[in-house]
Amino acid sequence: MTALRGIFCRDLALTLHQGGDAGLVLAFFILAVVLFPFGVGPEAEVLARIAAGILWVAALFAALLSLDRLYQPDYEDGGLDLLALAPLPLELCVLAKSAAHWVATGLPLVLASPVLALFVDLDPRAMPTLVASLLLGTPFLSLIGSVAAALTLGARRQGVLLSLLVLPLYVPPLVFGAGAVEASALGMTARPDLLILGALTLAALPLAPWASAAALRQALA
Amino acid sequence: MAATDLTGPQRHPAGVAAGVAAGALVAEDLACRRGARLVFAGVSFVVPPGGALVVRGANGAGKSSLLRLVAGLVAPAAGRLVWGSQPLAADPAGHRARLHYVGHQDAVKPGMTARDTLAFWAALRGHGRGISLAIADALASLALDPVADWPCRWLSAGQRRRLALARLLVAPAELWLLDEPTTALDEDGRMRLETMIEAHRAGGGRVLLATHLPLALHGAATLHLDRFAPLEDPAAETWT
Repeated sequence: MTALRGIFCRDLALTLHQGGDAGLVLAFFILAVVLFPFGVGPEAEVLARIAAGILWVAALFAALLSLDRLYQPDYEDGGLDLLALAPLPLELCVLAKSAAHWVATGLPLVLASPVLALFVDLDPRAMPTLVASLLLGTPFLSLIGSVAAALTLGARRQGVLLSLLVLPLYVPPLVFGAGAVEASALGMTARPDLLILGALTLAALPLAPWASAAALRQALA
Repeated sequence: MAATDLTGPQRHPAGVAAGVAAGALVAEDLACRRGARLVFAGVSFVVPPGGALVVRGANGAGKSSLLRLVAGLVAPAAGRLVWGSQPLAADPAGHRARLHYVGHQDAVKPGMTARDTLAFWAALRGHGRGISLAIADALASLALDPVADWPCRWLSAGQRRRLALARLLVAPAELWLLDEPTTALDEDGRMRLETMIEAHRAGGGRVLLATHLPLALHGAATLHLDRFAPLEDPAAETWT
């Protein structure tokens, strides 16, 4: 437990204070959403129609931004060797790092989303669903992202490769996340979409760290 | 290996003496392959409790590979490693718990202080509360106490190396794997390292050390990896 807390707190502190990764992701999310009214025009009904999609796609891209920093710094300074040689299983270490990544980059997106929803004129009825869908979906983004980050570790043009690898995997949460918000905006129930979104994250919770750890061991061998 | 003949003060990392198991680290006929190249083959050695093995060899002879192999980061292409009577492959987690590895890189984050860095690595090995004394002790034995609360980006290369070595002292482990530990160290740092290693061995600890510089280690065995370079590599031919 001490070890897990140690990794979580260190990674969180490094992302929040040092490189400013967390602030960068949030700023990107805000800018990306704010660009849409300029692009598609200020008609409220057009924006409201695509609001759910805008918010979710912008969140996906924002989450993608910081993924290459998940393991790269530790890989470069030799810290990854030591994490892999720590007594605790590498899978748990990956889980702690993914959790720190989510708190530093995913959670701010969730918290900022109601404000941004105003920019794209999302139906106020859908606001709670938007927050709920992002809360359920963004951990999936960090978890699956950790696998892609581990697989592309040490590759040239890691960022590009990572995007190509991970964006197709982000389709399911996008479909059900945006679907949930849209259903709420139309006055229907968002429950089935949210349940599937939760199921995706729950499935990724044990599977992603396992795959990620395997990829890391491969990168270090 | 007479472990009594020690120069310098004896600093025992707490718990090492108590935690030493009988039995030696034995390597039998190890071979290592990196990519398509067979780096070395037929390497055998024994490191008893309190023993030290200095690994020597030209650049590319496989010193680092050997250490990573013993650490369990790389699987041997042939041969096996045994601890006492148990093959290492049978209990990788147990093996990780008893070793410290100091590689080429110092694993130091520019934004963290030296003290926080040590606290983190100690926590990673399960030492949480009550570790601050051991950290202060480790910092002092490498003369890092004046810079303990600076962010590491202000430290020199030699000071970072000292910090990497201080990890060895905060959380006791039976086996130290040191890859070129003297890199960037000054004369004083080198002597402190020798003292650390001799104290570790006096407590029954073992050391595997890849180095170019001669270190004053009492009764250390030497392994010349150059002698184990394979004459011909069947796999290499398929690549040409």
